[in-house]
Amino acid sequence: MKTIRLAAGLGFYGDAWAPVRAAIERGDVQYVCSDHLAELTLAILQKDRQRDPAAGYARDLLPMMAELWPLAAPRGVRFVLNAGGLNPEGARQALVQLFKQKGWQARIAVVTGDAVLDRLDVLQQAGEPLAHLDTGEAIDRVREQLVFANVYLGAQPVAQALAQGADIVITGRVADAALFLGPLLHEFGWGPQQRDALAQGVVAGHLLECSGQGAGGNFGSAGAWQQIPDLAHIGYPIAEVGEDGSVLITKAPGTGGRVDFHTVRQQLLYEVHNPHAYVTPDVVLDMGTLQLSEEGPDRVRVRGARGHAAPEHLKLVAGYRNGWMGQAVIGLSWPDALTKARTVAETVQGQLREKKLPVEEVCVEYLGHNAFLGPHATPLDEDAINEVWLRMAIRTPDQRVADGFGRLFPWLALSGPPYMGGFHGITPGSQLLGLWPSRIRRAAIEPLVQANVIEVP
Amino acid sequence: MKIRLAQIAHARSGDKADRADIGLFAWNLAGYALLERHVTPERVAAQFAHVLAQPGVLAVERYPLPNLLAIKWVLNGALNGGAASSLRSDNLGKTLGALMLRMEIEVDDAEVQRVMAAAGPFCPFDA
Repeated sequence: MKTIRLAAGLGFYGDAWAPVRAAIERGDVQYVCSDHLAELTLAILQKDRQRDPAAGYARDLLPMMAELWPLAAPRGVRFVLNAGGLNPEGARQALVQLFKQKGWQARIAVVTGDAVLDRLDVLQQAGEPLAHLDTGEAIDRVREQLVFANVYLGAQPVAQALAQGADIVITGRVADAALFLGPLLHEFGWGPQQRDALAQGVVAGHLLECSGQGAGGNFGSAGAWQQIPDLAHIGYPIAEVGEDGSVLITKAPGTGGRVDFHTVRQQLLYEVHNPHAYVTPDVVLDMGTLQLSEEGPDRVRVRGARGHAAPEHLKLVAGYRNGWMGQAVIGLSWPDALTKARTVAETVQGQLREKKLPVEEVCVEYLGHNAFLGPHATPLDEDAINEVWLRMAIRTPDQRVADGFGRLFPWLALSGPPYMGGFHGITPGSQLLGLWPSRIRRAAIEPLVQANVIEVP
Repeated sequence: MKIRLAQIAHARSGDKADRADIGLFAWNLAGYALLERHVTPERVAAQFAHVLAQPGVLAVERYPLPNLLAIKWVLNGALNGGAASSLRSDNLGKTLGALMLRMEIEVDDAEVQRVMAAAGPFCPFDA
């Protein structure tokens, strides 16, 4: 039976690729599938693109491929990456330039058609309501504030690009698991009726899409994370997938981390809502009958994923400008560190009121004390508190108010409570972006989805 | 006796828009029985009340997965508007898993003994 080995690439924009190198050199893989786009990432790329229209893609694509391509090319390893972000063509142009400089040959594809911001009017006129997926609210309230709108495409265009001979496929927004399912569709020719196989493929993709998290990284626990070996040299997970939909999760020999029942199931449910209806563009996955079994060190067999028919709609996520955040951080030492931090917080809030600044919300956190655990933090005797860092953040519709928030703090150095230090400075406000999840009929999107390949040189 | 979930379970949290999700995993079958019985939607709603836009059990979804010895939790409106709109340090809700493990439940000594007896090499029962 034919089997294919897929390597996890990056798990987010900014992730490390040394483990990908290990998978290429020692993992006997045929594909590297790399997920650069968290839900939030398009918001970051949108800010890049505002500054420079040629930007808007995940720029780690270039140094990553500069290091990995010379290893991958002689082994015939192909890449699928959603590093295109909001500008897949721009990403390809930059990559083509790099390959020309290096004198490398490759067929590089882009998948386009996920970005619909420029077509929203047409889509609305054609009867797409674009209402909020959870609340049903009409999109009109945020329509003028939208900065991106992208549909999660499925694995088909990725498979098409590979069928056209692409060595490297650059996409924008596609469902994370589709980066992995694309090569499987291409290799095995699975059709939409082979739902259980597709479901197994989606599981494999989901287990790999967050890189180290599928191999013992970020292993959420008290007392067990220390037992995961050599995280400094973690091996990202590798999926060995058979034509019949069989899936084995493993990693490259000689790497750190751990692939076992515990680490794999922790990733399996990550960012999954209803585990009986995990909706992807290609199949709806039910994990209720799924079984994970250990077949040896760092080898976990996945069985029993059930697939249901692909949805009639695709998911769209749009981002809209949603006001500004101003923030400031300042440290307070023993004695009375927490009391002093509370005093400063109250003083600053009083000033916001006196100045009648347009502030919609104030977030007060005592870093090192309860920023994460909130009311569940263990109360400490004041004398036992060595130091506390006060962080305050405000939400405001006015950028100038966000920019100026830090200026409410410096006077406290000479006129506030004693033993304050380490003010983080006056930092510019940052734009907040809201996400607008919605859905859209496939027929409104899929005819305009394209995969095209060019050859370098 | 009172125990923290950290003694019988592990957990990871994530985000999608304004929803946080937490996978809660028993170390073994006996521990899963404790999770099923004691970690109710009411307890979870109370544990996370301070992060929910609309505190209460209606904000909480619970999906037991006995095949994985796990309970999947979804907390609606838990992320201060979502990662790119949040004012919080932990805008992605990455630490909410820790908050889940910090939940205390009241159990029989004998039940805890059963969980510990079934512990694998990986399980930190001295936590």
